[in-house]
Amino acid sequence: MSAITLASKRRRSALRTLAFMSPWLIGFAVFFAYPLISTVYFSFMHYDGFRPPTWSGSKNWTYVFEHYPFFWPALRNTLWLVLVMVTLRVVFGLGVGMLITKIKTGTGVFRTLFYLPYLAPPVAATMAFAFLLNPGTGPVNSILEKAGIPAPGWFNDPSWSKPALTLLALWGIGDLMVIFMAALLDVPQEQYEAAELDGASAWQRFRFVTLPNIAPIVMFAVVTGVIQTMQYYTQPLIAGKVASGVIQGAGTQFEPGYPDKSTLTLPQLVYNLGFQRFDYGSACVVALVLFALSMVFTAFLMRRRGGLNLAGD
Amino acid sequence: MPEKSWKVIPDVSRKAAVALAASASLALLATACTGQSGSGASDDASKDTTINFWHAWSAPNEVKAVKSLVAGFEKAHPNIHVNVVGNMTDDKINQALRTGGDKAPDVISSFTTNNVGKFCSSGALVDLNPFFEKSGIDPETTFPKAMNEYTRFDGDRCTAPLLGDAYGLYYNKTAFAKAGIKTPPKTWSEFEADAKKLTIAQGDSYKQLGFMPDYHGWETTTEHYFGQFSPTYFNKAGKSNLATDPAFEAGFRLQKKLVDELGGFKKLETFRSKLGDEWGPKHPFHTGQVAMQLDGEWRLGMALDAKPNFDIGVAPLPVPDDQAAQYGKGYITGTIAGIAATSHKQNAAWEFVKYITTDTDAVVGFSNGIHNVPSTLAALKSPKLKYDPRFKTFLDIAANPNSTTSPASINGGVYLTTIQQLGYDYESGKVTDLKAALKKTAAQIDTDIAQAK
Repeated sequence: MSAITLASKRRRSALRTLAFMSPWLIGFAVFFAYPLISTVYFSFMHYDGFRPPTWSGSKNWTYVFEHYPFFWPALRNTLWLVLVMVTLRVVFGLGVGMLITKIKTGTGVFRTLFYLPYLAPPVAATMAFAFLLNPGTGPVNSILEKAGIPAPGWFNDPSWSKPALTLLALWGIGDLMVIFMAALLDVPQEQYEAAELDGASAWQRFRFVTLPNIAPIVMFAVVTGVIQTMQYYTQPLIAGKVASGVIQGAGTQFEPGYPDKSTLTLPQLVYNLGFQRFDYGSACVVALVLFALSMVFTAFLMRRRGGLNLAGD
Repeated sequence: MPEKSWKVIPDVSRKAAVALAASASLALLATACTGQSGSGASDDASKDTTINFWHAWSAPNEVKAVKSLVAGFEKAHPNIHVNVVGNMTDDKINQALRTGGDKAPDVISSFTTNNVGKFCSSGALVDLNPFFEKSGIDPETTFPKAMNEYTRFDGDRCTAPLLGDAYGLYYNKTAFAKAGIKTPPKTWSEFEADAKKLTIAQGDSYKQLGFMPDYHGWETTTEHYFGQFSPTYFNKAGKSNLATDPAFEAGFRLQKKLVDELGGFKKLETFRSKLGDEWGPKHPFHTGQVAMQLDGEWRLGMALDAKPNFDIGVAPLPVPDDQAAQYGKGYITGTIAGIAATSHKQNAAWEFVKYITTDTDAVVGFSNGIHNVPSTLAALKSPKLKYDPRFKTFLDIAANPNSTTSPASINGGVYLTTIQQLGYDYESGKVTDLKAALKKTAAQIDTDIAQAK
């Protein structure tokens, strides 16, 4: 009898736990598990959004990897942005954060000045940058030309379009700056004092005191930066459209990644395949590639996280 | 202290990162996995009913014209009421066509003519042929030839033309007079000579460019150029004709010759990057920076609104020298209208579609309001049309049986994008062996179509 009561109590307890967990479980099932399973399912189906899906085997995968002319350029661009843009954003964000924590007067003003661009809507910010960096009429090139510096083509030149996007990303560094400032201010002052007493140089203090203390935040910035960059859509799309001079409206062709596919990113392909070509199966393949890449990068960074713990445990 | 941080923050970050990565990369597709199209209904169009009409027009004058068009219909059909929803994007229309429902459109109109192939082949819009037959209307004698072509796919006429766009040549009459050119060019040879005469250099740029030939020069796209060469995009088996129809090679070579003769790709692109955008008042044709412009009929009103300090001339685009007899033709496209397969009021919806696309006075009134080309042969000749005398050029191009369009394809305008991509590579010098590139591009088009089937 007592055994039955115990079993019943345990069952009730398990149900209660499940009931408390249910909001999360429902959210997980609806917003994560279902889309994931659906995406895998549709990647093997021929589905145009109108007719019922039909089994197509590996056709979509073969098409995307072997015949879809925009996949490899988009993948290369996305990887370039992940490696260069994320790295520079983290370094620049940390640098700005350190600079502002060191400033004695006017900290609030500088903090606001550096943070404000982050609040600008991406479309407006990108359009403003495209006009500023216009090779013919933009003020940046006018200044460079007056200074005798060869002016780049920025968004109109395939070799400069991604650096121009990186500049745009560095301009909106406010989010990382705030996170790094909070981390830097949290580093125990006595550790710096002890290092100074030991005769540590500025570089050594940064290397052996600052960096180990803020390493988790650096890791956080890198991982979220990688994920955000994998989803990079609005800025490259708008920059390409504005620079090409052809505003894509209803009835006009999708022009991928002006100039010369250099601003094409994987999320743009998901839109192009799914919503412009009505090829949801292939769109799902690209989405799964994005998913796999995000997972690989994240797993790699997590495994390497010890590399940032330079204090030597 | 650092050790403690490692144990807490990275673990949380990892979970958050994994969850974020997964959900964010999939969220885009979460909405794409539901909904099927249904079948039509045999409703009684003589009974009192309300239909939903979705369209993409948004400018105040356009919305006013749509209202007036609908008012005319409701007056003629007092039992059918139309609930109008404007400014609808293609994405929204596509979603609604898939899902159906009481609030979904019974009738849609879209600017994206290229989607006709998908709408027809998927059955998202119903075949209008039986409706035309029932009403005793012959589309072949009602609509201009090119408009007939782009509103059907594979024998299925799932859309009807609802006004059209015709492409012609705008030219700066004052610049022409200064350069000693008396008439607009009729052949591409004359055009080349005129473009060079009209080009005035200024340093390493231009004071005035005769013509901006680059494919990014707003409307100077491959299909608009090629329209003058009357190409056949697909053979009877549905395979790309890009490498076999000489019209394409001729079109590519003409454009490349213009690019090279007018200063070269790099110089032209640098100049282009300094010019105003297509839809603003600083368009280079308005400002006099470019003396000739390939453009649609809407440019006339926009150019006049910009009050340029020169006289605007309008003419058909030139034709190849060996097709001089066909001078007057042009490229045609336009807005389409169709009935949703999910609609349960298809007969009532047909009454509306029939009125807005085939009733001469309705089409003329709408054309007067929107300033697009009328889409029926009768409306093109109607004395009730109000227009600037120069607009007549576009009416003639639309009515010209030699005018061309780009045919509907099962995957929308993908083949046009692929051809355009070859154009970019060829004009920039990235592709030098055009014949080989044409073959490769044709194979790509066939692969893309096979993928869509």
